[in-house]
Amino acid sequence: MSFLLHGRTVVPGVAEGEALVSHETISGWGGIDPAKGVIIERRHELYGVCFTGKILVFPGAKGSSGWSGFFQSTRLMGTAPLAMLFTDITTKAALGAVVTRVPSMTGFDRDPVEAIRTGDWVRIDADAGVVEVKAGL
Amino acid sequence: MKLTDEEKAMLDGAEGPAVAAAMDLLVRYGEALDCERLCDTRNVAGTMTQPSPAKAKLVAEHGWDKAYAVINLDSDEEFEVPQMKVPTCQLQHGFSDDSVGVAPYPKQYVELQADAESFYGRKGVNILATCTPYQVGNLPVRGEHVAWMESSAVVYANSVLGARTNCEGGASTGAASLTGKIPCWGNHHEENRRGTHLIDVRVPVKSFLDWGMLGYFAGDLVQEERPVVVGDFAQPELVDLKHFGAAAASSGGVEMYHIPGVTPEAPTVEAAFGSAKLPEAVHYGQREREQIYENLNSQGSNTDVDFVLLGCPHASVDQIWRAARALEGRKLKAQLWIMVPRALKVVADRSGYTEIIEKAGGKVLSDSCPAMSRSAPPGTKVFATDSAKQAHYLPAILGIEAWFGTLEDCVNAAVTGRWTGELR
Repeated sequence: MSFLLHGRTVVPGVAEGEALVSHETISGWGGIDPAKGVIIERRHELYGVCFTGKILVFPGAKGSSGWSGFFQSTRLMGTAPLAMLFTDITTKAALGAVVTRVPSMTGFDRDPVEAIRTGDWVRIDADAGVVEVKAGL
Repeated sequence: MKLTDEEKAMLDGAEGPAVAAAMDLLVRYGEALDCERLCDTRNVAGTMTQPSPAKAKLVAEHGWDKAYAVINLDSDEEFEVPQMKVPTCQLQHGFSDDSVGVAPYPKQYVELQADAESFYGRKGVNILATCTPYQVGNLPVRGEHVAWMESSAVVYANSVLGARTNCEGGASTGAASLTGKIPCWGNHHEENRRGTHLIDVRVPVKSFLDWGMLGYFAGDLVQEERPVVVGDFAQPELVDLKHFGAAAASSGGVEMYHIPGVTPEAPTVEAAFGSAKLPEAVHYGQREREQIYENLNSQGSNTDVDFVLLGCPHASVDQIWRAARALEGRKLKAQLWIMVPRALKVVADRSGYTEIIEKAGGKVLSDSCPAMSRSAPPGTKVFATDSAKQAHYLPAILGIEAWFGTLEDCVNAAVTGRWTGELR
């Protein structure tokens, strides 16, 4: 089964890969380890999970303004996600996506956190504002 | 984005390649926000000197100009960093030389940071080196558009000072300092500053501990939105509002709150909500207070405390004095650090507070904190703190257990090496 989501460009570009969905907001500083690309917030549903090379789908950013710097570090250290799809736009998430320099979108016609599941195959065309989701079985 | 002629000229290189790169970042960032224009700012609080593995590598291979280009402007261009165009201060960063031999913080980072200070000082960055620039003289006025990062400083600037800032990052503040511009989005607009949730305090909130717990409750409740707090509380002090905001920005992403009659944009409850209808109040009562205390203490099981941390956000002179009084004539079993802005450590030194704290075996350390520097006393397994923010973050950052309580509970733990705190 496949379906489309429509949204708006945060960072242009095209990417394709496996989705990693977080139902909880994500902290940058204190929430991820940029050297490993892993979520380190202990009470987080994705504690210990690596987002490197995944299409990271999440409700939004929370916590410290170090968010953008920590995600920028994932780019500099080669542990960045492949793309970002998020529900709520904030300065942390927007600047974080810009400096991570991965295709990113928000403002969807359907909440991507509800629509997409971890393991789904996702193709993002941020230039066209379209996300194609091929749901796994 | 609609740019003014001045902004277009900057983007086209009229003020040099660094300013052009800064404008390029601001345009990419503004478009990511779906923002229409930039606004002028003359007050930037950011971070250039904070060491990190990525920055250390950049500096070693290409120098400070390159590090600023990559990290503070997100640019791949080569250029010399010009003077800051508008007043800019350095927030907290890594530990400085006062921690050598105290914190197991890499000596090469202490040296790197000293080098950074002399480089950026010459560019016009005021090295305040604190998460509380408002405690040491950087006080924007009500309505002023500023570009600050550091979540606890942002929430203080918006809520307590009535200045206008979003939660900026290293790259947006780096670009703002060279251009005097920042996207006019979010908290810069009046209509985005009104309350969204009403919290009715039904249990007396009168201490520093209480304000931290109430903030932690508020953040958890509203997440990124804006709580308005009414009810049973005493007149808060600066340190209470500092603690409340920092806690709310840790459990949620609060950048703005109102306390009618106290904070400047809310003379009344109605004013706090603007023209919107008052929402139904969420109660903060005895049960909620107990729940928050339990949440903050859910990351501790071993009562053998090796380390006590006070002052997050950085302590005021009054907090240093209170700690000194609690420590006077006592001998510590555990390590105790009080984190302060260096400008206020000078006051504590002159006033004799530092001497009292050091005689007991405690340390007054400036510029940083264990969370920023990822560094606690060697061998720390369990720590205690009076800061809701540190209790929230430090277990994840350092993999240690946490106890949260009052200053007195924490000092007792430092003296006896055991946690005996409880909610009173």
